[in-house]
Amino acid sequence: MLGQSLLKIRPAISVLRSYSSAAKQMTVREALNSALDEEMSADPKVFLMGEEVGEYQGAYKISKGLLEKYGPERVLDTPITEAGFAGIGVGAAYYGLKPVVEFMTFNFSMQAIDHIINSAAKSNYMSAGQMSVPIVFRGPNGAAAGVGAQHSQCYASWYASCPGLKVLSPYSSEDARGLLKAAIRDPDPVVFLENELLYGESFPVSDEVLDSSFCLPIGKAKIERKGKDVTITAFSKMVGYALKAAEILEKEGIDAEVINLRSIRPLDRSTINASVRKTNRLITVEEGFPQHGVGAEICASVVEESFAYLDAPVERIAGADVPMPYAANLERMAVPQVEDIVRAAKRACYRVVPLAAAA
Amino acid sequence: MNGASCAAKISTQPFSLNPTSPASHDRPLVSPKPASLFLGSTRKLRLSSSSKLNLHRRSGTVVAVSDVVKQKKSKSTHSLLITKEEGLELYEDMILGRAFEDMCAQMYYRGKMFGFVHLYNGQEAVSTGFIKLLKQQDSVVSTYRDHVHALSKGVPARAVMSELFGKTTGCCRGQGGSMHMFSREHNLLGGFAFIGEGIPVATGAAFTSKYKREVLKEADCDHVTLAFFGDGTCNNGQFFECLNMAALWKLPIVFVVENNLWAIGMSHLRATSDPQIYKKGPAFGMPGIHVDGMDVLKVREVAKEAIGRARRGEGPTLVECETYRFRGHSLADPDELRDPAEKAHYAARDPITALKKYLIENSLASEADLKAIDKKIDEVVEDAVEFADESPVPSQSQLLENVFADPKGFGIGPDGRYRCEDPKFTEGTAHV
Repeated sequence: MLGQSLLKIRPAISVLRSYSSAAKQMTVREALNSALDEEMSADPKVFLMGEEVGEYQGAYKISKGLLEKYGPERVLDTPITEAGFAGIGVGAAYYGLKPVVEFMTFNFSMQAIDHIINSAAKSNYMSAGQMSVPIVFRGPNGAAAGVGAQHSQCYASWYASCPGLKVLSPYSSEDARGLLKAAIRDPDPVVFLENELLYGESFPVSDEVLDSSFCLPIGKAKIERKGKDVTITAFSKMVGYALKAAEILEKEGIDAEVINLRSIRPLDRSTINASVRKTNRLITVEEGFPQHGVGAEICASVVEESFAYLDAPVERIAGADVPMPYAANLERMAVPQVEDIVRAAKRACYRVVPLAAAA
Repeated sequence: MNGASCAAKISTQPFSLNPTSPASHDRPLVSPKPASLFLGSTRKLRLSSSSKLNLHRRSGTVVAVSDVVKQKKSKSTHSLLITKEEGLELYEDMILGRAFEDMCAQMYYRGKMFGFVHLYNGQEAVSTGFIKLLKQQDSVVSTYRDHVHALSKGVPARAVMSELFGKTTGCCRGQGGSMHMFSREHNLLGGFAFIGEGIPVATGAAFTSKYKREVLKEADCDHVTLAFFGDGTCNNGQFFECLNMAALWKLPIVFVVENNLWAIGMSHLRATSDPQIYKKGPAFGMPGIHVDGMDVLKVREVAKEAIGRARRGEGPTLVECETYRFRGHSLADPDELRDPAEKAHYAARDPITALKKYLIENSLASEADLKAIDKKIDEVVEDAVEFADESPVPSQSQLLENVFADPKGFGIGPDGRYRCEDPKFTEGTAHV
């Protein structure tokens, strides 16, 4: 599936080059590591800060080898002080350094959320453009496997509701490399939501992606799979599930278009609306809590801009409206699965008896 | 013990600026006389802790002291602390702070200023004593009580007043307001409403100074950062997190506690298990100094040393300045909880009156010189008000400006320029 979509990729506007058809495989972990490595090598103002990023090689080994290469002044192992070191990052960013602040998971970012929102996101506005904050807050977001309620929340909609922040969420290795590089180069605060379960997954990458100047635009979604019957939007791990659902639906005669949002804020409303105007049906998929989630915003945007084009109500698929349970079977029910997406697509297409919205 | 003799240094006669007896420097408002001074705590609490505290204050105000202070002790105690020029500079800065804040109160009650306004009256010695020793490239991070820090750092009175009026000519074009003063030019990094929020940001600015010197190899970068915050903040987690990291990484920062004994209506003694804040410095491996914050010359001496330490790369210092705010927490605060006797006690130690007395008694300036400064500052403040009054309000288009530094939010391309500037970059799906 992915291989086919790769062949349809048109080269980026600024760089036209051919790529070998035997694409290299790269895990998301390698993609993030190489992106960090290249950006730190290109700009001495970039530095990494967080718990266990140095000697431990990264809690999830994303920063493997960086301490050895760049030294302890640029790869800082911090004490367990999220509020403190997030604020230190903001203060450094005021002066033009480019900190990459790692949260072991975004659940821990809640200890630092005051700095992410009040001092990073709002500073450029409050100071009328004098203090821009070129900082990146990154780390795994969303559910892992069996880690319980306090380690499983998805923060995409919380951060994406705040003006002044850019919120990115990659899916594939190409996304991971391109978006992280763009985020590090960006003059504004970026919240970079990775996913622990994707770190080990391998994706094919073209030569262009491997080039050190490669970066993706922010605020642009990617159509992973073109279709004409129903639009499915997703981000992060859910893109993989949506693609699998699309394969299943194809056998049943439903041609689904899968959009990988990549950027939650700014949201690529034009791509989503253009797609809905083509297919007339929309399903939003996300891992986080349903109320006030990313899907709610997408639904509102489509209703506002493409109301006349909708042939069916928008279906939102989200995590269950409960704190994440621990038991494996309950956890499976609390996170969207491929079957949920397939069922929702069928509902949107055939208007079969709608099931209750509960998990 | 070092403490006792250094305490003597701080409160010895020749340097005394206050009309009250020297012992009052060490002794805070809490006196052995029961039930008289402040209402902040319950009577029982006050009585039982007062004598203990009293003793502590008297016996040693300095717990951990840098070597430089120990050396200073042996210098002649009869030389003057400042020259005439310095004295007049300090006086002018404090008068500017006072006159400006008084004018803010007037303007607030006339409806020109709105929202939350926190005035600095009475604390001028701390701002002037510290900030006047800084270079332009050094940074200051403050709290919501930041007007006078902005003025001392060099932000023009006109810009601050316009900002308070919400006009487009303000230092943040009217978008920040009273609590969010920023100035890139003067390295004033805010202006934070949340207490304790400025401390990590200040620590980050200090981190940058060290990073620039060690990693970016800008060998002459010795910029120092001052973080100003109050007694209430010293119970907040971020304060301790940053004391730890600043000492751990030996950052060029001075943590200046403006202990005015009150956090809105919460007395410091009711909120803190050990009210002697300077003791918390050595717990983290840095010197902790207590100084009389109503005396600008004493503050300046301590500041010189702390800033010098930071500049030389010896690490952070915690300085607790005992000071007082003459007005309420903000202009909306009726200020009913503080004992009038306590207020009178500190009003008698007004830092401006004290400096004036020192200058005249030591023949550094005449009454006429000082009156000329008073008049000059009055004119500056009047001019600032006029300027702010006549300035336009922000235009409607300003509402959506400056959310991002990036003009359209599409990020930076491989060529290093903003993507939106590339004429071939169109709306629609990403093509990679």
